[in-house]
Amino acid sequence: MAAQLRQLRQQIKTVKSTAKITRAQEMIATSRIVKAQQAVAASKPYADQITQALSALVSHHVGIDHPLLHEQPTDNRSAVLIITSDRGFCGAYNANVIREGEALIRSLREQGREPVPYVVGNKGITWYRFRDREVAETWHGFSDRPDFANAERIGRRLTEDFLKTDAEGGVGEIHVVYTEFVSMLTQSVQVRRLMPLEIEDGKGKDGTVPPAYEFEPSAQAALDLLLPNYVESRIFHMLLQSAASFHASVRRAMKSATDNANELIGVYTRQMNQARQAAITQEISEIVGGADALADSGGE
Amino acid sequence: MATLKVGLVSPEREIWSGEAKMVVAQTIEGSLGILPGHAPVLGVLLDGSVVKIEPADGGEMVTAMVGSGFFSVAADEVSVLAEQAELSDEIVVEDARRALENALAAGEEDATAERRARARLRAAGIEA
Repeated sequence: MAAQLRQLRQQIKTVKSTAKITRAQEMIATSRIVKAQQAVAASKPYADQITQALSALVSHHVGIDHPLLHEQPTDNRSAVLIITSDRGFCGAYNANVIREGEALIRSLREQGREPVPYVVGNKGITWYRFRDREVAETWHGFSDRPDFANAERIGRRLTEDFLKTDAEGGVGEIHVVYTEFVSMLTQSVQVRRLMPLEIEDGKGKDGTVPPAYEFEPSAQAALDLLLPNYVESRIFHMLLQSAASFHASVRRAMKSATDNANELIGVYTRQMNQARQAAITQEISEIVGGADALADSGGE
Repeated sequence: MATLKVGLVSPEREIWSGEAKMVVAQTIEGSLGILPGHAPVLGVLLDGSVVKIEPADGGEMVTAMVGSGFFSVAADEVSVLAEQAELSDEIVVEDARRALENALAAGEEDATAERRARARLRAAGIEA
């Protein structure tokens, strides 16, 4: 009886310290979500401006052209960029992204294309390595807090591969699988086609036609610069969204871990109280029994 | 007097925004001064150059070093978008000097790094 009591006390202590850790993780994640959201907001002016400039450029110069805008029908390979996180402790966050990515890879294969994965984040990298699957390129070390240089590196590599032909290891189109931060409670996995680029045409949000720009030095030079920047800014946006979603998933996972631990503490405490009560009752009945026996023997 | 609405943004944040009398930016072909009422222009910035903004409230000239990017002018709104951008008071002169020395030591292959380091020093108000 006493042994069971001691064991329960030990278990309660363990669960309590686990709850403390998960609670701390939850709070860290909560503060990081705010930071990640601020990063998303701070990146918005740039993304808006570049989109506006590009649509102005494309709508006013119909003749203008760039290889990034075209499908490359001769290329049978499709790049799939999968954005996962470096750390775990985030519930089904990575599993969801990888599942969507695999579904996309399967459907591409059914269409007769050859999918090539590009992976961001340690979790995705280990997933592919464990299964001995070939990946074209991996990046890691920044999934918590991506900065623009990371997006630039990824963008450069993807653009390069897009411009190559099949034989050189190039790809004909590029898809991205990432997690969009909808709200604190909802994050949804998104599959987007990044290249060939589609730029929303002509009119701005309020229906105004963009101004007729002059170009310095030339429209073609501006397009050559803008398009890669636009790609990088899109990738940056996706990285930031994924980071915010990751922190939200961590928060949720850690919150439910804390709740579970607290529930477990309750169960163990009740068991411990019962065991203690049983021990006391037994002791009393032993004493009473002993006293009775003494009284009986003394009465003779 | 009419003023320009200026925004200097990098992908990570908005670096400066406000009203201005004049903006000077450098393109590949040379310097371009923009006053209110300028025709719409979309220009490619010289990688590693200095952008100067004269605030409308008569305050001190805002100077910033910019890396690759572009600027657009339309209806008295100027936006400067640069992948790297630093305001003059954010620049640590010693770091910039060291960057310039490194770039020079690396030789001519990396002309961009050298130009950026020089622009950084120029933006901080030091001729290099």
